[in-house]
Amino acid sequence: MSISTVLIIMFTAIITENFIFSKFYGCCPFLGVSDKPSTALGMGMAVTFVMTLSNGVTWIIYHALLERFNLEYLKTVAFILVIAALVQFIEMFLRKFVPALYNALGIYLPLITTNCAVLSAALLDVQNEYNFITSICFGFAAALGFTLAIVVFAGVRARLDVADPPKAFKGFPLTLIAAGLLAMAFSGFSGINFS
Amino acid sequence: MKGNHDFIEQMKNGTITNNPIFVQLLGMCPTLAVTTSVKNAVGMGVAATAVLICSNVFISLVRKFIPKQVRIASFIVIISGFVTAVELMMKAYFYDLYASLGIFIPLIVVNCIILARAEAFASRNKVLPSAIDGLSMGLGFTFALIVVGSVREIIGNGTFLGYELFGSSYQPAIIFVLPAGAFLTLGFVIAVVQKIKNISADRAVAQESAIKEADKK
Repeated sequence: MSISTVLIIMFTAIITENFIFSKFYGCCPFLGVSDKPSTALGMGMAVTFVMTLSNGVTWIIYHALLERFNLEYLKTVAFILVIAALVQFIEMFLRKFVPALYNALGIYLPLITTNCAVLSAALLDVQNEYNFITSICFGFAAALGFTLAIVVFAGVRARLDVADPPKAFKGFPLTLIAAGLLAMAFSGFSGINFS
Repeated sequence: MKGNHDFIEQMKNGTITNNPIFVQLLGMCPTLAVTTSVKNAVGMGVAATAVLICSNVFISLVRKFIPKQVRIASFIVIISGFVTAVELMMKAYFYDLYASLGIFIPLIVVNCIILARAEAFASRNKVLPSAIDGLSMGLGFTFALIVVGSVREIIGNGTFLGYELFGSSYQPAIIFVLPAGAFLTLGFVIAVVQKIKNISADRAVAQESAIKEADKK
């Protein structure tokens, strides 16, 4: 794949097919950890770190092991295991060697295993037959899109806290409706077409 | 008789009082993503229920052998095994549904409801209650998906399970089948649920104060 194809894939993953607002991958942490911009940024950075790495590792596992032994149907099991192990490993590595980064991202790391954005990026690599470099770029870009969405949304939620909605809308319903309005804004990008 | 009563209590807990989506607010990704039509909602609900029952039973069976430190990883491996089985079954027998749900079938692995039930219930209880818990939580999940799916399909497409409801002059509000409509619909549905909860809480308070008044007299 040429550089321009890779750039188009990355742009699409960040903006036009944003993981949160048009694909719904990773909605749980998006709605759960977006109450403050600082925590949202921490979560976004942790996801970016893990997703870029996990996309590379799962690509190697899929093509070097599963495809070779005709075990493609086991990809879900293999990928989730790889992601869980990788998250654990990153946590240990950071705690030992980069304590500053560990202090910033540590509490978000265990949550990432069950973040469906990470698993779906790995599965999409296989589905779209990306090569190694494209897979890593796609994981990085999709995670950037996730970070963008969660940080923007955390800013919106900070303002929602002082709003005075009807009693039934307090809390979660209002959060969802605000997310709906943001998704509407993002759907404006869907007209962009490179082909 | 007591067993029967427990069964009803457990079913009510999973489907209504502790509904995984409306009350516990778990499993948002599939709720938002696959509810564009009632058919998809039912398919997703049934698939997740099957996985939930199987994983609850299996985890309950092996709960005494799993070391505490690696329990989450073991649960995920067990769940992903069942998800792969369900995925292969759907691919073989319900190919249309498999194609329209797409990547969200393997993503059942990371559905928080299933892991939450494994951790909170199946790893602490006997096999039969765990199976019932899986069934009731799965039905609650399916029910919530059908509610959201019906609203989105009726308003956004003018159909219900594929049948046209309003005739050809109806202009569907397409926004409701687009991603933005998913967030809006779920927001309004949960607001209705909260409203109902508020009303019944108010009523309980009013009843209590009425009893107190009567006692004073």
